Amino acid sequence: MSSLPPYATTGQTIWFYAFRVICGLIFFFLIAPIIVIIPLSFNAEDFFTFTPEMLRLDPDGYSLKHYQDFFNNSDWQAAMWNSLKIAPVATLLSVGFGTLAAIGLSQPHVPFRRAIMAILISPMIVPLIISAAGMYFFYSRIGLQGTYFGVVLAHAALGIPFVIITVTATLVGFDNSLTRAAANMGADPVTTFFRVQMPLILPGVISGALFAFITSFDEVVVVLFVGSAGQKTLPWQMFIGLREQISPTILAVATLLVAISICLLATLEILRRRSERLRGMSPG
Amino acid sequence: MAETQSSDAFVAFERVQKSYDGETLVVKDLNLSLPKGEFLTMLGPSGSGKTTCLMMLAGFETATHGEITLDGRPINNIPPHKRGIGMVFQNYALFPHMTVAENLSFPLEVRKMGKSEREEKVKRALDMVQMGAFGGRRPAQLSGGQQQRIALARALVFEPELVLMDEPLGALDKQLREHMQFEIKRISDSLGITVVYVTHDQTEALTMSDRVAVFNDGRIQQLAPPDVLYESPENSFVAQFIGENNTLEGVVQDIRGDVATVRLDGGEVIDCKPVNVTEPGQRTRVSIRPERVETNKERLSPDAHLLKAEVLEFIYMGDIFRTRLKVAGNEDFVIKTRNAPDQQRLTPGQMIEIGWLAEDCRALDA
Repeated sequence: MSSLPPYATTGQTIWFYAFRVICGLIFFFLIAPIIVIIPLSFNAEDFFTFTPEMLRLDPDGYSLKHYQDFFNNSDWQAAMWNSLKIAPVATLLSVGFGTLAAIGLSQPHVPFRRAIMAILISPMIVPLIISAAGMYFFYSRIGLQGTYFGVVLAHAALGIPFVIITVTATLVGFDNSLTRAAANMGADPVTTFFRVQMPLILPGVISGALFAFITSFDEVVVVLFVGSAGQKTLPWQMFIGLREQISPTILAVATLLVAISICLLATLEILRRRSERLRGMSPG
Repeated sequence: MAETQSSDAFVAFERVQKSYDGETLVVKDLNLSLPKGEFLTMLGPSGSGKTTCLMMLAGFETATHGEITLDGRPINNIPPHKRGIGMVFQNYALFPHMTVAENLSFPLEVRKMGKSEREEKVKRALDMVQMGAFGGRRPAQLSGGQQQRIALARALVFEPELVLMDEPLGALDKQLREHMQFEIKRISDSLGITVVYVTHDQTEALTMSDRVAVFNDGRIQQLAPPDVLYESPENSFVAQFIGENNTLEGVVQDIRGDVATVRLDGGEVIDCKPVNVTEPGQRTRVSIRPERVETNKERLSPDAHLLKAEVLEFIYMGDIFRTRLKVAGNEDFVIKTRNAPDQQRLTPGQMIEIGWLAEDCRALDA
């Protein structure tokens, strides 16, 4: 924490505190909507509001019944299993293709690199509803609409840009003489990739995988278009829940999702830092 | 180059050309062959094509024309990882995620060597560069000089017969660099390996090599042992590039046997050795080494031509005196004299007469 230097003018002093207040407000704006659902999810009533009991911190005002509902309701359970079946596979595809694409596009001799990059990144820039509608018509034609594989593919397409961006960022610092050195010592390109390149860009790959996973896990628009009832994911179920039967179970699910996201982020960040430390700094 | 393309050449470049853009040639008609066990240095300014040649030999660049052979086999179509050539990179290229021992073990692992054999070879290679105690460290924990040693050990551990070195000492400080020069030379001699060494540092080239190939403008300007290169440069580029050199320009007046008479642009006449001038009337650039200029008339033959010189600057360098003169209009004429008891110290403004043996003064291309 920096403190105010003794030579600060009045203007600087005012700005010093104003800056902190502004930062605090921004954080509040970002986090408050998420924080507020957490106590609400323990509501003993079927309402989306804080009851007088809750405000008095009366234990009777709180309960786990919405969580019980989530774990006992077959709709929610099916949705959870769908999400857990779709997100990891979509992540794997995103990581595989995204990493390869990033490596390929970092080679200086590849023609039209910028154009190809722009196309691959486009799912991130094009409004989701447009991608979703496009995928709907395209997938219907080729028989992927309403299939598990279709949803996985659609989510992989959404996740690939994140992997490309994070891996490309790691590759900027990658020293190409390392792959040359490996080749020189007799390692074929595949060995070189797995023994030299992959370990060094792993932090970028992990970050990309995390983003791809969260993208798939939280995604509702595309799955509404491309999926069918058989692929109803958690966000989809929440969406239906909001529209049709306003039940605080949604809040319980949302709280669980927030918890899962935080755990994932923390775990992967710890892993990433550890591997970055182990891999050492750039050579030289 | 009047180089024999003999069949016993270990490495040979035959009429090799390289162009990156299809228009300009970076390497123009390179012919070079070296026997087994030779330490050859490719020396030249940046952009002269020397590194490109090394990369073609390693397989990271392909020759646009011509053939490169290794031990009699053409290697143009062999990928780098099947060439079995060791290489020390400019930035060492040690794998940062592996320990020193793992780095050294890598080329042995890809050769599917057994664990005990690997460990033994790694240990021997580390001992050779006096880094035996550092096997468990990571490259980032080593100093520049230590990393350099590891890079050298890693290039040698799989016992290649040919080792390429791309300015391996460029990042080290002067003292360490000089020490490593001897170290590399000692190791390469004791192992009997063939080395192709690229540098832009002429001292490095002179002290380490059996032969030096001076590159400029995509061609080998001269290929010779260090002493020949220094004492008998074949053209003015080599004369300028290797060591310190004084140049005077003029026109050939007369050539008689081993002596050419040159009239300098200022009107003075001097004697030189004709190197690549053949007939009177040709313009020439005359080259003379600073330490071969004589200021004491008594040590020269009576009929030697003398030039008047004005002392501009006198620098005391300890073992030698470095004096800058104005000679025949050239204000950068430098002479070096040994700090001997009888040596006179010149003062700026003083007028002196200088001369030299005709064979030390070489009449080169203009």
